[in-house]
Amino acid sequence: MRVVRACLLLLATALVYRTSLAQLQTSVLSETENGRQLFLANCTVCHGPDGDSVYGVDLGRGKFKTASSDDDLIQILNVGVPGTSMPAFSKEFSRIEMRAIVAYLRYMKSTSSATFASGNAIQGQFIFEGKGECLNCHRVRDKGSRVGPNLTEIGSVRRTVELQGSLLDPDAAVLPSSRFIRIVTQDGITIIGRLLNQDTFTVQLIDSKERLQSFKKANLKEYGFIDKSLMPSYRDKLNNQQLADVVSYLASLKGIDGQ
Amino acid sequence: MSPRVRLIALIALFGCLSNPIWSRQISFERILGANKEPENWLTYSGTTFSQRHSLLSQITAANVKNLELQWIYQARSLEKFEATPLVVDGIMYTVQAPNDVVALDAATGRVFWTYSYHPEHGRPCCGRVNRGLAILGDTLFMGTLDAHLIAIDAKDGHLLWHTTVAKARAAYVITHAPLVIKDKVLVGVAGGEFGIRGFIAAYDSRTGREVWRFSTVPGPGDPGHETWSGNSWERGGAPIWMTGSYDPDLNLTYWGTGNPSPDWNSDARPGDNLYTDSVIALDADTGKLRWHYQFTPHDDFDFDAVQVPVLADIEWQGRKRKVILWANRNGFFYVFDRTTGQFLLGKPFVKVTWASGFDERGKPLRVEGQTPSLDGTLVYPGNPGGTSWYSPSYSPRTGLFYIPTWVDSASIFVKLPGEYHEGRDYSGGTTRSSVPFNWSPAPNFRKEEEGYGAVRALDPQTGERKWEFKMTDVTEAGILTTASDLLFSGGREGYFYALDARSGALLWKTSLGAAVISGPMTYSVGGKQYVAVNAGNCLFTFALRE
Repeated sequence: MRVVRACLLLLATALVYRTSLAQLQTSVLSETENGRQLFLANCTVCHGPDGDSVYGVDLGRGKFKTASSDDDLIQILNVGVPGTSMPAFSKEFSRIEMRAIVAYLRYMKSTSSATFASGNAIQGQFIFEGKGECLNCHRVRDKGSRVGPNLTEIGSVRRTVELQGSLLDPDAAVLPSSRFIRIVTQDGITIIGRLLNQDTFTVQLIDSKERLQSFKKANLKEYGFIDKSLMPSYRDKLNNQQLADVVSYLASLKGIDGQ
Repeated sequence: MSPRVRLIALIALFGCLSNPIWSRQISFERILGANKEPENWLTYSGTTFSQRHSLLSQITAANVKNLELQWIYQARSLEKFEATPLVVDGIMYTVQAPNDVVALDAATGRVFWTYSYHPEHGRPCCGRVNRGLAILGDTLFMGTLDAHLIAIDAKDGHLLWHTTVAKARAAYVITHAPLVIKDKVLVGVAGGEFGIRGFIAAYDSRTGREVWRFSTVPGPGDPGHETWSGNSWERGGAPIWMTGSYDPDLNLTYWGTGNPSPDWNSDARPGDNLYTDSVIALDADTGKLRWHYQFTPHDDFDFDAVQVPVLADIEWQGRKRKVILWANRNGFFYVFDRTTGQFLLGKPFVKVTWASGFDERGKPLRVEGQTPSLDGTLVYPGNPGGTSWYSPSYSPRTGLFYIPTWVDSASIFVKLPGEYHEGRDYSGGTTRSSVPFNWSPAPNFRKEEEGYGAVRALDPQTGERKWEFKMTDVTEAGILTTASDLLFSGGREGYFYALDARSGALLWKTSLGAAVISGPMTYSVGGKQYVAVNAGNCLFTFALRE
C-alpha cells in the first residue's frame, strides 16, 4: 500500500506542475491540498511554510528527528513530542486529516528542488518595487495594484520553492484563488479580471480598474478562464542573484504586525 | 506581440473604457453629503446626523404590497446578527458575528470576499455580536471583540493595520460600528457589567495611531472626578457600545455612555458618577468635552444611555434650533439644544416610577424607595428600559420621532454584594421579570398589561404620542423611515413590516422566522430600491416585484 501511495504522490508531484486546472480535482491531489491547508493553518506558526524553522527538523526535505515512516509521523501528530513544544493534535485532527498532512509533507519533499542561494530581502524589495514592476499587478500592504493577488502575507503561505517557481515559470502552477477570467457582455464589451467567486447564475471578479464587479451569466455573451498566468516569467529579466533577492523579500512578507 | 502581452494590453484598454463612478473613493465629504447619494448607505445610521431616514422613494404606500424577497445571506454564525450593512456603489459590506467582514454584491447577495478576524479573547455581557463598520477612502474599519480596531482594504479584504484599543482580558470589548470624522476613526469600549473604566478614542485612519482619548469616568484632577468616591472611579463603567453622531458646523461629536459599575449595587460609588448614562459633546479634533447632560445620575438600574444620538435642525417651539432628539432607556424622551447642551424637554414616553420629573436645571427627581433592594424592588421601566440600543428614526417630512418601545415593562431589581475581580462579572445584583420575555418561536403567554412592544411616534415639539403600532411581543428592531413616508421595522416575533409613517397603519408584513435584532436600511442599485434587514442569522433583502 505504501508503494502504491508513493507512486500516487509521485504522480501528484508531476501533475501539480504540468497538468491542466481540471486535473487538479483528482482525489490524490485533494488529499495533498487538504494537507497543505491544514499545515498552513496549524504547523507554519512553528515550522514555517518551508518546514525548516525548528532547529534540527526540515519537514520540507524529509528530515525528521525520529520519524521515518508515515505511521511514525502520524504517531507524532497523535501524541506530540514530550519535552518539546510539539503538542499532540489528537483532538484537533482526525485520522484522515493526519494522513493528509503526511501526504503534504511527502509532497513537499518531492518538490523541494534546489532553490537559489539566499538573497537579500532589502535588495529584493528594491527590485520588486522598481525594475521588476511587480506593484503594477500586486499589492503589498497599502502599495501597488489589487488586480493580481495580494502578497502581504505570501511568505506565510507559500514555500520558497513555490515562490521561486512562480517567478521562473508562472504558468506551471496557478493557485485557484489567482485565476483570471475573460467575459464578453451582450453589448460586446470584454472584461478581464481576477475571479473572486462564481455560481451557476453569476460571476464576481475584480477588474483592471480594481472594481468589484458582479455579472449575471445570462447577460454575458462569453465567459471563460484564462488558462495561462498573466504574470511574465522573470527567467530572462533578472539574474540569479536578483531572483534570489526577490524570493527572499517575498519570503519575508508575513502579514501585518499589530500595535 | 506575444499572447501574454496582448492580454495585459487588453486589460489596460478595457480598464480605460470603464465607468469611472465605480472607482470613486469614499471621501469624508461624501460621508457628510450622504443624503446627496441615497443609493448608498455610508455610515451605521445612514448619515452623521443618524436619523436613519432615507431620501429614496421608489417603494411607496401604494406599491409596498408588491415587495418580494430578492436574496438572503446566511451568516456562518449562530450569534445574534445585529449589524447594519454599509452599501457603497453596489457593494454591500457587513459583519457576521463575531468579526468576519463580508463584501457582497448588493443586487444579488453573492460574496466577493470574506475577511475573518479571530478575537483571541473577548467577554461581552450580552452576545458575541458586532453592529457594523465604518468606511473612508478604500478602507473599512471594525472594532473587535478583543478590543482591537482594525483596518481592511475594501477592495480585496486584506488587513491594513490593527491596533490594540484596550485590554481584552479585563473584559473590554468593542461591539459598535466606528464613526469616521475627517481623517480619524472614533471608537469606544463596552464592558459595563465587568467594571471597566470607559473611554472613547480617535485613531489616525491611515496608521491606526491614537490621536486623542476621552475617559468617560474622569480621573483625579479632572472635572467630574468629585462625583465618585474612593477608588470606585477606577472600575466605574460608563462604556460606549453604540455609534455616535457628528455635526460638521459645530465640529462636535455626540456619544451616549452606559451604566456605572456595579450596575445594581451603588453602595460603593456615592455621588452622581459622571459621565455615566450621559450624552457627551466632544470637540472632534481634540476630544475635549464641550458639554454633557446626565440622564440618570447615580444610576442603579443599568439604564445605559447608549442610544444613537439623533440630530435634527428644526423649528422648535417657534425658533430654529439645532437639537438632539433622545428616547432614553430610563423611559424619558428628551430634546436638547446641541450647540449649548441646554435641556429643552423631558417627558416620559412609557410608564416611569423611578423619577417624578425634573428640577429647573433638568436633573431628574428621584422617587424615594425606588432603588434596588435585597428583597427586590419593582420599578418601571424595567431593566431592558423603555427602549435601548435599537435605532430610532426621525423623518424631516413628518416631523415625527419614532421609537422602538417596550411599553409597561417592569423589573424587580435585586441588590447583591459583589467584589471586583478583573474580567469577571461586577453587576452587583440581578433583575427579575414577573412574566419572562420569550424568544420566538417559543410560545408567548403574556397579557398586554404585563408589557408589550411597539413603535411609538412622538412629536418632538411636545413629547406627545401621535400614534402607536402595537406588537404582542417586545422589540429589539431598529426603525427606518423613507422619503415616501414609509416606516420599516420588526420585532422579536420575527415579522418585518412597513407602516404609514404619518398614521402608523400597517401596509405590508412578512414573517422572517426569527427575531429582528437589527436596524433596517435601504439602498438602490441600477435604479432599483432595496430594503435590507437581519433576522435570526440571515440578512434579507426586498425590492418591488418586476
